[in-house]
Amino acid sequence: MADASAKQVLFEPIFSNNPIALQILGICSALAVTTSMNVTLVMCAAVIAVTAFSNLAVSLVRMQIPGSIRIIVQMTIIASLVIVVDQVLKAYAYEISKQLSVFVGLIITNCIVMGRAEGFAMKNGPWLSFLDGVGNGLGYSVMLIFVAFFRELLGAGSLFGVSLMPVVNEGGWYIPNGLLLLPPSAFFIIGLAIWGLRVWKPEQVEEPDYKMSRHTVKEAF
Amino acid sequence: MEHYISLILKAIFVENMALAFFLGMCTFLAISKKIEAAAGLGIAVVVVLTITVPVNNLLYNTILREGALDWAGLPNVDLSFLGLLTYIGVIAALIQIMEMILDKYIPALYAALGVFLPLITVNCAILGASLFMVERDYTFSESVVYGFGAGVGWALAILALAGIREKLKYSDVPEGLRGLGITFITVGLMSLGFMSFSGISL
Repeated sequence: MADASAKQVLFEPIFSNNPIALQILGICSALAVTTSMNVTLVMCAAVIAVTAFSNLAVSLVRMQIPGSIRIIVQMTIIASLVIVVDQVLKAYAYEISKQLSVFVGLIITNCIVMGRAEGFAMKNGPWLSFLDGVGNGLGYSVMLIFVAFFRELLGAGSLFGVSLMPVVNEGGWYIPNGLLLLPPSAFFIIGLAIWGLRVWKPEQVEEPDYKMSRHTVKEAF
Repeated sequence: MEHYISLILKAIFVENMALAFFLGMCTFLAISKKIEAAAGLGIAVVVVLTITVPVNNLLYNTILREGALDWAGLPNVDLSFLGLLTYIGVIAALIQIMEMILDKYIPALYAALGVFLPLITVNCAILGASLFMVERDYTFSESVVYGFGAGVGWALAILALAGIREKLKYSDVPEGLRGLGITFITVGLMSLGFMSFSGISL
């Protein structure tokens, strides 16, 4: 039982209950840091680490937290972890931490971290919470890497900074699509990705508020 | 005075929190189904931003900034690495207070906001505004104006989106795109529209 549910907790968020596509969590950073694969991967690693350890820590102290100040306690735990990540990045990957700028700090307010701490870690044991954190971090990463892949490939003709499709400016043949480097494109890509995911897993489709009635007038056909 | 007017216009339109910096997206997408709820949330964000940004500004300038502890006899202390923790602490405390006030005096709004009131804490727009305030070195009065403007801009964006979504539910959207998918695409188009403001210099 423990095995099955642990596996479920770890893998469920990747496709079946994706934090970005279904739970609507953690979208802000998905838009801003996905212009190149390098930056995205670092961001994903940072988010997985913070989600996993904050879930673990919150779950360990969940019995001691008084309900009325739980948010502050959770935020303090998360903020401390993010400061650690921020300092580590500044020490070992300075260039990338420059590019991420305020978005490392904004991991604190990444709703995935807070949402999982509040929604899962407050009710479950440390080990399961840790796995839930890793799983949700992975679900987030899958989506981010997907978006970054298209944005960097089609927007700059390269992946991980290595040029795959030589662009016109450098004497190649590919005319880069500048729109994909602008933030709105991330919305379109995520929107289309959600469409794809829901065609694959139809149970995620939302019920419409209103049904279109059938045409009753002949001329309309 | 002119300086402040241009600052507020810039915060509302040119540097719109939601549509130009994509901050506060989670609540932005989740609470924009109904105009009433969106308006309530918008007001909450304006209030929270107008209070937290100046408070964080004071904290930053009197305690955290390098050399700011001069008055306490500690001229060489640089506490700016504690910034994130401090800002989020202030924000979380304020929201907890708001939650209690709303629960007591405006239960209808409290029920409508539900789990998303605590999630205002993790609304990136709130923390983002504080971080931008530090980055751009605003004075205290500038930070009041900026906090208010950023909040109004965000509220405006969520109201606009809620208006569009209320109309959208009568339209025949392809099955998989229904709900969240089409919302993303709508927001993408809206932000393309708002990008045209970025050419305006004040």
